[in-house]
Amino acid sequence: MTLETRKPNGEIVTGSVRLIHSAGMHARPAVKLTKLAKKFQAQISIRAADANEWINAKSVSKIMALRAARDSIIEIEASGEDAAAAVAALIDLIAADFPDGGQ
Amino acid sequence: MNDTVGIVIVSHSRDIAKGTADMVRQMVGSEVKVAFCGGDPDGGLGTNVPLIIEAIDKAWSPKGVAILVDLGGAETNSEMAVEMLQPERRNLVVVCNAPIVEGAVMAATEAAGGSSLEQVRAVAEELSAD
Repeated sequence: MTLETRKPNGEIVTGSVRLIHSAGMHARPAVKLTKLAKKFQAQISIRAADANEWINAKSVSKIMALRAARDSIIEIEASGEDAAAAVAALIDLIAADFPDGGQ
Repeated sequence: MNDTVGIVIVSHSRDIAKGTADMVRQMVGSEVKVAFCGGDPDGGLGTNVPLIIEAIDKAWSPKGVAILVDLGGAETNSEMAVEMLQPERRNLVVVCNAPIVEGAVMAATEAAGGSSLEQVRAVAEELSAD
């Protein structure tokens, strides 16, 4: 799991985390991820590592269509005021295997 | 707590409507009001305007209500139910052009973030955009 600020002025924050969920990124994790992403003002994009396209983390239909398999690396990129908190929170969610409740 | 758009599920089958509502509650959580109706009053398959109005009342939110339907009659009866609402509520209820289960889950996910009725509808309808 990594978390770094790519630009010195803090414009873009990136992170990556291994998807440990047994079934990969299916419907229920997708809903949890989207709901959490929406709590932040930052623009947040994610992709399965090495995929060409970045996906808006706040779009539940796009996240559900991500089809990331178990053990794939998920990359997260965010920009905006609370970008660092957003990336950290999403990494926590994925690393903790999408626990129920909380958030 | 902030108001969120309510979700109504209208199927010809009560079991499908209830099962869809269960999926929404379990996957999205309890912050979004979800109501459902299905079947005719005699227990057969069908949809029923008074039951739809009742479900809209149950899911009512000042932000509005998004209705997800299955086949033909569910849509026309839902539109009729909307027509029969008090005038000030009519503009706050939309029937989404979306698959019932996926549309309900996605609409509720969008609603949970506090989105407007138009945003909720747009997300549900993304599924039928292609």
